[in-house]
Amino acid sequence: MSQTSSLARLSALLAVSSLAAVMAPAHAQQAAAPVKLGIVSFLTGPAAAPFGIPGRNGAEIVIESLNAGKAPAPYNQVGLGGAKIEAKYVDEAGSAANTVTEFRNLVQRDQVDAVVGYVSSGSCLAVTPVAEELKELTVLYDCGTPRIFEEKPRSYVFRVSPHATMDNVAAARYLLAKKKNLKSYSGINQNYAWGQDSWRDFVGSMKVLAPKVTVDKVLFPKVFAGEYGAEISTLLTSKSQALHSSFYDGDLEAFIYQEQARGLDKRMTMILTTGEAAIWRMKDKMPNGTIIGGRGQNGPLAPKSALNDWFQKIYTDRYNTPPTYPAYQMAQSLLGLKLAYEKAQKGAGKKPTAEQIAASFKGLEFDAPAGHFKMALGDGHQGISATAYGTYRFDKKTNTPEIVDIVRYPAECVNPPPGMEADAWIKGGMKGAKCN
Amino acid sequence: MLLTVLSILTDGLAYAAYLFIIAIGLTLIFGVMKILNVAHGSFYAFGAYGAATAVGIYFNGHDWNAAGGFLFMILLAMAIGLVMGLILERGLLRLVYGKDEVVIVLVTYAVFLILEDMVVLIWGAQSYAAYQPMVAAGSIDLGDLVLSNYDILLVVLAAFLAALAYWSLKFTRYGRLLTTVIFDREVAAAFGINVTVVYTVTFLVGAMLGALSGAVMAPKISVTLGIGVEVIVLAFAVVAIGGMGSIEGALVGALIVGICRAAAVHLVPQIELFVIYGVMAIVLIVRPYGLFVRAQPRRI
Repeated sequence: MSQTSSLARLSALLAVSSLAAVMAPAHAQQAAAPVKLGIVSFLTGPAAAPFGIPGRNGAEIVIESLNAGKAPAPYNQVGLGGAKIEAKYVDEAGSAANTVTEFRNLVQRDQVDAVVGYVSSGSCLAVTPVAEELKELTVLYDCGTPRIFEEKPRSYVFRVSPHATMDNVAAARYLLAKKKNLKSYSGINQNYAWGQDSWRDFVGSMKVLAPKVTVDKVLFPKVFAGEYGAEISTLLTSKSQALHSSFYDGDLEAFIYQEQARGLDKRMTMILTTGEAAIWRMKDKMPNGTIIGGRGQNGPLAPKSALNDWFQKIYTDRYNTPPTYPAYQMAQSLLGLKLAYEKAQKGAGKKPTAEQIAASFKGLEFDAPAGHFKMALGDGHQGISATAYGTYRFDKKTNTPEIVDIVRYPAECVNPPPGMEADAWIKGGMKGAKCN
Repeated sequence: MLLTVLSILTDGLAYAAYLFIIAIGLTLIFGVMKILNVAHGSFYAFGAYGAATAVGIYFNGHDWNAAGGFLFMILLAMAIGLVMGLILERGLLRLVYGKDEVVIVLVTYAVFLILEDMVVLIWGAQSYAAYQPMVAAGSIDLGDLVLSNYDILLVVLAAFLAALAYWSLKFTRYGRLLTTVIFDREVAAAFGINVTVVYTVTFLVGAMLGALSGAVMAPKISVTLGIGVEVIVLAFAVVAIGGMGSIEGALVGALIVGICRAAAVHLVPQIELFVIYGVMAIVLIVRPYGLFVRAQPRRI
């Protein structure tokens, strides 16, 4: 009897032990279940080198740092709320239909918890309704079109990085502050949404701020045209004192090489709204005196802070080049998502749902390497921040690009107020702009 | 007004030179082999990347003569074109000779996509600069208008290539053989012409011209991913205007597009994007086979 009882007890003990052995790793696995993120950026094609790859690199280095719990406070908790981030990188290249297919694959096949990505405004416009349909938390990181949150309210889509209106309002303010005797100016922008919207906002701002200054030549060459001989001749024979351009990457560099050979920059001041992304590659080929923007306080335009020092260091140590604005935009998108996730997790007491994260993200305010961000527009889904412009100077002694004479503009000075469309705000005289 | 006319002419000529240098290899291959070679954009891209590499090697840390750098980048790019052409023609295209033209277009398109990825594998995703030869060439002032000497050099190069092509086709033995193959491949073979060799040589010359076009444009542009896509569309437009397979057609097509585009940029910049394809559409409505190709009866 006692032998039977002992055997029974031993069996029971073994059974419990076995169950515990099975349960323990399962429990441990559940605690450490990673948060899956889809990171979408151009990895091939013309937009890869200037935007896609720096954005991807920014994601890689920030995620590594977050997973190691080595980011500065308040980002020092491991991964997202203690769960490590598992990133899947997807190429944005291809048609809008392909971009949507890849987005659906991320959500439905890979079952990612959130998607962070998209450089092209076309991609953002294509993906946004699908994200809403699939109820997938999506953070757009680089695209600039204001239409995303102006067309209709969004529930699951966010964008920390300010939209492109800010870049051109600030460009107009900086140009007028630096060239008091400006009489006329021209513009060369790519012939698609990005270039046309940029020019529209710049001209609109100039009309409000300096109504007597006239527009001279308005040029819209094909995107990625590569050859600008006729455009440069047109500008050379004009009387413009300044030239606005939202060109980027290959188009920007090709234009600068070709205009420098013909001395256009000696005749007029160039205002390059995305110039910051090119200065590390172009170095002494970027003309001194060019007015440089970086789509926010990014790169050399970033204010001094512990977060900026951290981001500059981890990025430069890994990639041997300083981060440009797409890397900053990716970093601030991920950091905003992290804060929203952890706030939602605290409220839920467990892994939060997309709805809970979205509720936490809405109206969030936080600090990032490029300064302070406030999800103020688009019913709390679109971020605003201060921005800055400066003047380019290449230091031959240290072989280093510099941006000097930096002027900072508060977020409320260069962004429309909540509930107002950017175009209408500019045309209405930028009422309510707080610039002091 | 005079300044505007002068600008339109100089800009038009420079752009036409750019287009002709790209299109001549494409139209040569089509004229002889009846292959619409989409991979021509890859020859351009490899030529440009090769030139950027050559410029990097030649100018970095050396104070050598700029003309030597220009020559080095051209030679390296043409060598790349030669090797690529040889691999592509001998390794792949000869297997599909005689197949439907659409099949061959799809094969070259597949090659184009593969080579786009090869660019990433070899040179990475970053962009490259090769501006040194253009900067070294300097500029000349014509009052308010400043012209780049490098653009003038490209016009001279395009004129030289046109003259060389004309002379080669009309006055050399190989040119006459080529003309025979263009006229009728079967009859040429029946007369004892080794059509296979003519095909191979033509494809190699076309590939080298494609790479040359990329090399000479490299100093003007940022050598970056996707540059081959843009030029192939333009080259097709020029070749379609002039007539598929016609070298004089490519020259005239390039001049028409160059001048029209320059005029649009100076006078009505809003239609700049439209003008190239608008001209193409008008020409094809009036002459469906292009300006320099006569309609031919279809053989049954």
